[in-house]
Amino acid sequence: MFHIYCPHCCEYREEEEFHASGQAHIPRPLDPDACTDKEWGEFMYFRANPRGIHHELWVHGAGCRKYFNITRNTHTYEILEVYKVGEKPSIVANEAK
Amino acid sequence: MSDVKVEAVELEATDKLVMNQVPLSAELSEIGESPLHHADLASIAEHGPQEGGVHFHERKLMGLLTLRCLPSAEQQEMIKSLLGVALPMQPLTSVTTDESTIGKVSVRWVSPDEWLIIIEGDKAFDIESSFHDKLMGHFSLVNISGGTTIFDVSGSHVVEMLKKSTPVDLHASEFPVGKVVSTVFAKSGAMICRLADDQFELVVRRSFADYLWLWIQDASREYGLVVKA
Amino acid sequence: MTQDLSKQSNRLQDGGRIDRSKPLTFTYNGKQYKGFEGDTLASALLANGIDIVGRSFKYSRPRGIVAAGAEEPNAIMQIGSTEATQIPNVRATQQSLYNGLVASTTNGWPNVDTDLMSWVGKIGGKMMPPGFYYKTFMYPKSMWETYESYIRKAAGLGRAPKENDPDIYDKMNQHCDVMIVGAGPAGLMAALTAARAGARVIIADEQNEFGGSLLSSTETLNGKPAAEWIAEVVEELSGFDDVLMLPNSQVNGYHDHNFLTIQQHCTDQFADRAPNGQIAQRLHRVRAKWVILATGAHERPLVYGNNDLPGCMVANAVSTYINRYGVAPGKDLVLMTSNDNAYRTALDWHDAGRNVVAIVDSRKNPQGTFVAAARERGISILVSSGVIEAHGSKRVTGVSIAPLNDAGDAIVGSVVKMMADTVATSGGWSPVIHLSCHTGARPVWNDDILGFTPGATVQKQLTAGAINGAFSTVQVLEEGLSAACDALAHLGLDKPDVALPEADVIEEGKAMALFHIPHTKPTSKAPKQFVDYQNDVTAAGIELACREGFESIEHVKRYTAMGFGTDQGKLGNINGMAIAAKMLKQTIPETGTTIFRPNYTPVTFGAIAGRDCGELFDPKRYTAMHAWHVERGAKFEDVGQWKRAWYYPQGNETMQDALNRECLATRESVGILDASTLGKIDIQGKDAREFLGRVYTNAWAKLAVGKCRYGLMCGEDGMVFDDGVTSCLAENHFLMTTTTGGAARVLSWLEIYHQTEWPEMEVYFTSVTDHWSTMTISGPNSRKLLEKITDFDVSKENFAYMDWKAMTVAGGIPARVFRISFTGELSFEINVQANYGLHVWKTLFEHGKEFNLTPYGTETMHILRAEKGFIIAGQDTDGSVHPFDLGMPWAVSMQKPFSFIGKRGMQREDCVRADRKQLVGLKTIDPNVVLPEGAQGVLDPKAPIPMPMVGHVTSSYWSANLKRSVAMGFVKGGLEKMGEKVFYPLADGRVIEAEICSPVFLDPKGERQNV
Repeated sequence: MFHIYCPHCCEYREEEEFHASGQAHIPRPLDPDACTDKEWGEFMYFRANPRGIHHELWVHGAGCRKYFNITRNTHTYEILEVYKVGEKPSIVANEAK
Repeated sequence: MSDVKVEAVELEATDKLVMNQVPLSAELSEIGESPLHHADLASIAEHGPQEGGVHFHERKLMGLLTLRCLPSAEQQEMIKSLLGVALPMQPLTSVTTDESTIGKVSVRWVSPDEWLIIIEGDKAFDIESSFHDKLMGHFSLVNISGGTTIFDVSGSHVVEMLKKSTPVDLHASEFPVGKVVSTVFAKSGAMICRLADDQFELVVRRSFADYLWLWIQDASREYGLVVKA
Repeated sequence: MTQDLSKQSNRLQDGGRIDRSKPLTFTYNGKQYKGFEGDTLASALLANGIDIVGRSFKYSRPRGIVAAGAEEPNAIMQIGSTEATQIPNVRATQQSLYNGLVASTTNGWPNVDTDLMSWVGKIGGKMMPPGFYYKTFMYPKSMWETYESYIRKAAGLGRAPKENDPDIYDKMNQHCDVMIVGAGPAGLMAALTAARAGARVIIADEQNEFGGSLLSSTETLNGKPAAEWIAEVVEELSGFDDVLMLPNSQVNGYHDHNFLTIQQHCTDQFADRAPNGQIAQRLHRVRAKWVILATGAHERPLVYGNNDLPGCMVANAVSTYINRYGVAPGKDLVLMTSNDNAYRTALDWHDAGRNVVAIVDSRKNPQGTFVAAARERGISILVSSGVIEAHGSKRVTGVSIAPLNDAGDAIVGSVVKMMADTVATSGGWSPVIHLSCHTGARPVWNDDILGFTPGATVQKQLTAGAINGAFSTVQVLEEGLSAACDALAHLGLDKPDVALPEADVIEEGKAMALFHIPHTKPTSKAPKQFVDYQNDVTAAGIELACREGFESIEHVKRYTAMGFGTDQGKLGNINGMAIAAKMLKQTIPETGTTIFRPNYTPVTFGAIAGRDCGELFDPKRYTAMHAWHVERGAKFEDVGQWKRAWYYPQGNETMQDALNRECLATRESVGILDASTLGKIDIQGKDAREFLGRVYTNAWAKLAVGKCRYGLMCGEDGMVFDDGVTSCLAENHFLMTTTTGGAARVLSWLEIYHQTEWPEMEVYFTSVTDHWSTMTISGPNSRKLLEKITDFDVSKENFAYMDWKAMTVAGGIPARVFRISFTGELSFEINVQANYGLHVWKTLFEHGKEFNLTPYGTETMHILRAEKGFIIAGQDTDGSVHPFDLGMPWAVSMQKPFSFIGKRGMQREDCVRADRKQLVGLKTIDPNVVLPEGAQGVLDPKAPIPMPMVGHVTSSYWSANLKRSVAMGFVKGGLEKMGEKVFYPLADGRVIEAEICSPVFLDPKGERQNV
């Protein structure tokens, strides 16, 4: 049971108020018609599954009904930050490792 | 055949549809049935237990409006003049005024672009009309009076009853009078506002009202439940 | 007054925390016994001289009580005086005694004293070696069920009640600054400190009273019995509003982000059934800012031959029974120890007036306070020695003692035998790190204390006392204070004025690392040396596992079952790892440890379910007209959480009779449906129209105010997931309807696109599902009926098909009426504010008599729409069909400038194949046969099995109007196969033949709805 800080309600709430909505930062292609089947398939179905830092889209479904992003360590389950849709995470996985 | 007619709004000319949704005639206004109508709370209040740790009252047939808006300064100013009270902009806060020309007005923060306005049942159309006429810019105001009811719960054990029902921290240090949250309530949801140390307002959806009433009766059993008319 | 203790042969004349003035009667295995208030079931059983409390899992050996707390592996009881109040798997050591308690052993078939199964054990364990599940019972597979029932019965896993439990179990959500687990000296000291600082504190302990180890010992605090200090602290804590004290409460799980679950025994510690209205058990769901684990330690027994005989106990448990319960569980004690601490047990035994045969110490030169005290009392101490074997059949009658070498791994002299009925052993203390493991922390070996301590964690967790390997009361109290101060500092609270009580100063000599006592015979041939009593894991079994190549401790665990089940390795794990490490020629830290999982002890299903059972199991959602449906005798169907009227049988009608009547009445005159459950979403803003164009597959740019339009909603994959009618209320104002089951999903769908993809669009969505009551009147007389309740002009000229109008109905109720049709008949969907729904509904019936107004439910709705070939999203779609598959190209506008959701998906290569499964009508050749929904079609019924399947029947009904069956289903390439045959071979051998046709069986030109 996570304890999640809602950046809109500005307080911690229990996980049961929230829903996970998958990986964050998967924008819909601006011109879907120009995508190849492969590109569209990757947008639709392919998602990262890292051990460690991960960015996820969540919604405060039982609360303010707003979507927001979470940076979470999938190994320790720590939530490292929350940030609003449209913002960039300040904590990212070390790509160089 | 009806004596009362509602003017169909001139559709083409307007940007939004605003219509009165409750009957204007006095005798018809009596026939409204709140979501707990079938529970006959009045009889329970009269014949049921008069003492207990949890008190329950359905504040029925109120006017409830959902306002969606990211209000500019001008919009905030206009809304304040229309409601007689400024929108609570701080998350999880609420305001109530008796000063308004339309009677008692309560406004509950729901989300950064959403508020719940609670007024007397026959005042909803007045507010909708005034917003429609006066408030410029992007917003939506939706009447949800029929789909919503209000439970007032209070008493010496009301917090214990609520702790069985919602995961929100109700300790006075975290949940002072005036705070409002939308949250999980049993397996449904509710908007909870603290009206006093031992008094809370639950705004619930019509279709879940019977379930929540059963839940509250059950959760109150060990403390004793008193229904108030 | 002298108590009659004659039947409690092991009860001491005085001492203990029991109340000898309050005798209690209880029943154990059908016989009545006496105990006292303050007893646990275990202490009462021992007081009564009951040695055997169960039979072991594999070998069916007699077992007695070994421990005094949650770590007890053998005394696992079935509690309950009636069938409905049965609770399995209760540890006798954790069950308070109450008057009328009924307990029975769960292991032991048919009874514990003479056990038919014991022949298995006597053959010497060859019948069930470790790994026996894998070696024996998985083959042959078909026998597994037989084996399983036999094993379960014999293994005594307890049984669930066959009747409903009448008691109330509930849950409560708690929040606190500091959650303290364990109310021993560390926990109490921490709680006192945190409470005085003004923190919100919860302190829980599994025992019925606070005090922990202090309750079992004779030590003093501030020069007074420790019990006085406990009483003072408890008294002070109970004065704080923000301190919640939970005795009888097991913290069973420690989950992410400092979320803990606590099972509180509220009344089931005192009665078989909770007094009226009271809660039997409560599950507290705690969110804590900081957690202090003060869970203490479990004493490790030593592993020696026949160490499972009744009378073999953990040393500290013996002290607990003496000091806390006034019970000396035997006459003649042999104490075997590798440390000073356990000498206390011999002192307690001696001071209780019983005979200490000998203290057998594995060390060469024991020194220290307790050792000196034993010498003072003249107790015989055998150094450099070990008990290699206990003797007896149903109770220890004696022991074999042998001299050991310095390492304790070999016998270096001759064996002597001594008479004794009790063997208490101590191999040191294992910190109770279970909860710390629940959140993923790997335990760390600590050589100084010969045990694992909590590993690094990301939780806001502190630890205090014996869990850290601090075993002296002085140290434990200091750690409690210090942990609380750390928590207060994190919380920004000031450290309060608090003083440590003065504890006895005790000098202890160094303990020896000893786990497994050697025998004169090799381990495999020696009498069984048990490591895990509950799972019957022996030292020989672990050695066998290592010899067979299991090198990882996790694999050894699974091969042997060590630490499985409800035991979770509380007593045996460290010994088992030590034995494995020795076999593998590794150190214990190299061998590592298994991880303990929630729950720490078994939790009743009642506590897990809480109040989410019976009527409250799941919300039931009702429309405003529900009471009317009930009165009318409707049968209901669950649609999501909604209760929808399914059909309204009259008299002796069968379901089909009722459906036929409802269908005919609607098409012949007028029927009425409660459609309030349909999802309704109010959409406002200048970009509302554009938004609709993006989420629906068809065009919305030109929908005029006052008009309604049907739309399909697809996912990005192009597959239909919902449908409905959306109406233009005003230029920038729409009302969308969704399916009943899809309402929440559609609203989320709109929100996620608005919030994450197109936040610049000026549009807002608000659910008004519950706000409007919706009643659909349908049939040729529906207009006449509507005219009865409104003076609005509802003529064809003024109110065209797919228009909506605002009007008043039923004498002045404002309404929105939509002229849309899901039956193909002239239909009006009347929407009124839900508080007036029932009034309008009743008014329609007042005026409906002359038209034979007939209420119909969801089933008739399904039939009527199927006659017209209208789909139901979720029944005729399954997430794998796009609008073209449904034969609905008219509902897709590929010309829209914005690439609407689903457009790209439905153009993928796989989506444009000609042989996709397509929705078609299915006309059975025999009109009286109704195809079963779900039946798979084939083109050639004579094809060899497995026949190539071409698609399944999605909707199929008897149509009373058409006097034949109607059906829809998928057929590969079906849209190009009109007039061809498809066959449905059924499980019963019948093959139903059908012709592929248009799904529109009735009124293909739509004349009925356009009147």
